[in-house]
Amino acid sequence: MAPITVYRARHILTLNPARPTATHVAVRDGRILGVGPLDELRRWGPCELDDRFADRVLMPGLVEGHSHLMAGTLWRYTYCGFFDVHDPDGRRVAGSPSLDAVVQALAAAAQARPDGPLTGWGFDPIYFGSRRCNRHDLDRVSRTRPVGVMHASGHILNVNSAALQAAGLLRPGIEHPAIPLGDDGLPSGELKGPEGMGPVLALVGLDRSFLSGDEAGIHAFGRLAVRAGVTTATDLAATLGDDEVATLLRVTNDPRHPVRLVPLLRMIGMTPAQAVERAVALRGRSTDALRLGRIKVVADGSIQGFSARLRWPGYFNGAPNGLWYTAPEAMRDAYERALRAGVPVHTHTNGDEATALALDCFEAALAAAPRADHRFTLQHAQLADRAQFQRMKALGLGVNLFANHLFYWGDEHAAVTVGPERAARMNACRSALDAGVPLAIHSDAPITPLAPLFTAWCAVNRLSASGQVLGEAERISVPQALHAITLGAAASLHLDGEIGSIECGKRADFCVLDDDPLAVPPLALKDIRVHGTVQGGRVFDAA
Amino acid sequence: MTALPCTLVGGWLGAGKTTLVNALLRQAPPRRLAVLVNDFGSAGIDASLVEGATGTVLELAGGCICCSYGADLLGTVQQVLQRQPRPDALLLETSGVADPAAVARSLRLLADVQLDGTVVVADAQRLDALRRDPYVGDTVRAQLAAADLLVLSKADLVDADALAGLRRTLPDVPVVDAEQGQLPIDVVLGLPAGRHPAPLAGAAGERFVSRSAGLPAPQDVDAIAQRLTQAGSGVLRAKGLLTGADGRRVLLQVVGRQAQLSPAPSTATGPDRLAVIGLLGLYDGAPWS
Repeated sequence: MAPITVYRARHILTLNPARPTATHVAVRDGRILGVGPLDELRRWGPCELDDRFADRVLMPGLVEGHSHLMAGTLWRYTYCGFFDVHDPDGRRVAGSPSLDAVVQALAAAAQARPDGPLTGWGFDPIYFGSRRCNRHDLDRVSRTRPVGVMHASGHILNVNSAALQAAGLLRPGIEHPAIPLGDDGLPSGELKGPEGMGPVLALVGLDRSFLSGDEAGIHAFGRLAVRAGVTTATDLAATLGDDEVATLLRVTNDPRHPVRLVPLLRMIGMTPAQAVERAVALRGRSTDALRLGRIKVVADGSIQGFSARLRWPGYFNGAPNGLWYTAPEAMRDAYERALRAGVPVHTHTNGDEATALALDCFEAALAAAPRADHRFTLQHAQLADRAQFQRMKALGLGVNLFANHLFYWGDEHAAVTVGPERAARMNACRSALDAGVPLAIHSDAPITPLAPLFTAWCAVNRLSASGQVLGEAERISVPQALHAITLGAAASLHLDGEIGSIECGKRADFCVLDDDPLAVPPLALKDIRVHGTVQGGRVFDAA
Repeated sequence: MTALPCTLVGGWLGAGKTTLVNALLRQAPPRRLAVLVNDFGSAGIDASLVEGATGTVLELAGGCICCSYGADLLGTVQQVLQRQPRPDALLLETSGVADPAAVARSLRLLADVQLDGTVVVADAQRLDALRRDPYVGDTVRAQLAAADLLVLSKADLVDADALAGLRRTLPDVPVVDAEQGQLPIDVVLGLPAGRHPAPLAGAAGERFVSRSAGLPAPQDVDAIAQRLTQAGSGVLRAKGLLTGADGRRVLLQVVGRQAQLSPAPSTATGPDRLAVIGLLGLYDGAPWS
């Protein structure tokens, strides 16, 4: 019989209503043997008492239901964001309070590495006033090496003159809405959306490996997860070619790898039939540490990029409606085939028109191929209203709302994209719960940092970066938010029977905290220190 | 190196784009076409044309190839540009939800590609419902507006009155019917430089007419361009080398209502000439008539 370890903690928050708190948890074979008082747990047999968490609070390992492995890959490039962040090794990386500071950070990177392109990420000039960054700013980093800086939203890339030159774009006569021109008639260096960025990405060092996550990137992602208390995370738009699956299997099989990964196959460049067939084939290759066999469909673009599909009256600033990324016929076809095959589909819908279309397509598909407990999920659904949540409930759909947007882009949404009224109902967690829709909340890391406790803070407080409350009526309670980042996200992946709470039989996945999230003021939720995780019974220190 | 001519084939999902592409591939030789598709779909490239596959490239009969571009259109085009031997022309089938005008703008960023027109395929049975659809109507209307030439598929399945009504509501560009994608390749890809258009064989000869002849120098080139592109001229494609009143030699290319004049390439020798392909019964033989 495998040995039993009993961890003593200052406090254990189980999220199991039958036994909500405890002081000890017993682990055997990487699973939870029991949680409760020590004398009760001793009746399972001889055990070793481990006091390392005696001063800590344990809660279920956190589940990030919408992130990307790219969050690990990006750290090889220069961070250019406004806010201070921590890298995968826990080092504090200072934010750049000005454009000059961004240039300095990149110039330092240029000194450290004598050749090749220079790449930055997390750039958010919204905080630097109204002047837009141009190629001349980045020419101060280098006049000869290509320099590219990706915005935090992932929708705009700023490049220098050398990058434009290398792409053949530093010439007059360019006519493209995604490539604004400067006063001199040459591209200003700002490239918008996939169309504008496409010709330059590889030249500034952002090639395919940056998107899919190579071995080093997956390791870095694992370290980020430990620091955020995350024990299961999704890669929500994976290409999952044979090479990538082999890499994922190799990395996640390593006993030192700390996070269970759930990559979803993005349906792009393939027909619905091919996507479902591939997902079924991948499902059979799943391991405990790598769960395959789900599909991601992207219905529209992003709200801050004005490519999301909005219902009437559209964008607050009058921008034209956004783009469909997948045809309705293909969505319906994919849903129906996936329902028949038992392959869950997660659909990206940002705008409320995209949510409406996904609901229509799913309603038709479910009528044609009825299936109980399908766990299909809408991802983002940022502008869904109460009527749409009612439809989700009726169709058995779950929702994973992008709570972090309220903080990072809430001010922008109120002022520019959708206006104050609709901004107050963005990521409407309360409406979702009132309608009885299974709820998860997410970071979309690396779009915003991987940190589910911060995501919970956003859903509870609904504060924007400038400090305004966006829609007090849509706030949820701390227990509801904690449910959303554990059992809620687990349920969206059909894993709530295995993870998401601390109870007999589940995986020994814990998040190790300094404080009890239910005991601190709701405004302090994001500040609780994460000491690390236990994943499958293995202890990982954040330090 | 001269720019690679590229024709876009757009239109909604299921409109008949791939059927058209397959029909063109069958009549492509001796031209070596590179066909780019969004995905190798269920209604994909005709299996009888496929001779082999290397990586993500399908080798097709007559030296043609087919690649899927998925999320990386420009990267795939750049790979095609580097192939040896280089293809003679690029035929790019856009995804069913794409706005061909947006794809065209992106392609214009590549200096080595020369856009040679946008052909939009529309299903005569479904078009009216699609363009009024609350979700996708605006996208479908944008696709139609991007067309230099419109190809109506399944027109034979719509009764004559309904078809006439539909045609009255279409953008003011030449509209051709295509049953099973049967169109002369010169209509879709443009006329080949320095060669006479292929003879119009079989059924095509009952619907299209082509003319190719010399024109004495000098000519009022702008007037010719205007005449060929005016509403109802019936001209689908034209290409010619002409000498203007100022003595300069220009290359004139017409697709539907669009004319493009550019300096004649230095390799272009021989007397001035022009080739036109138009709709039988509509094209009046301009500029010779």
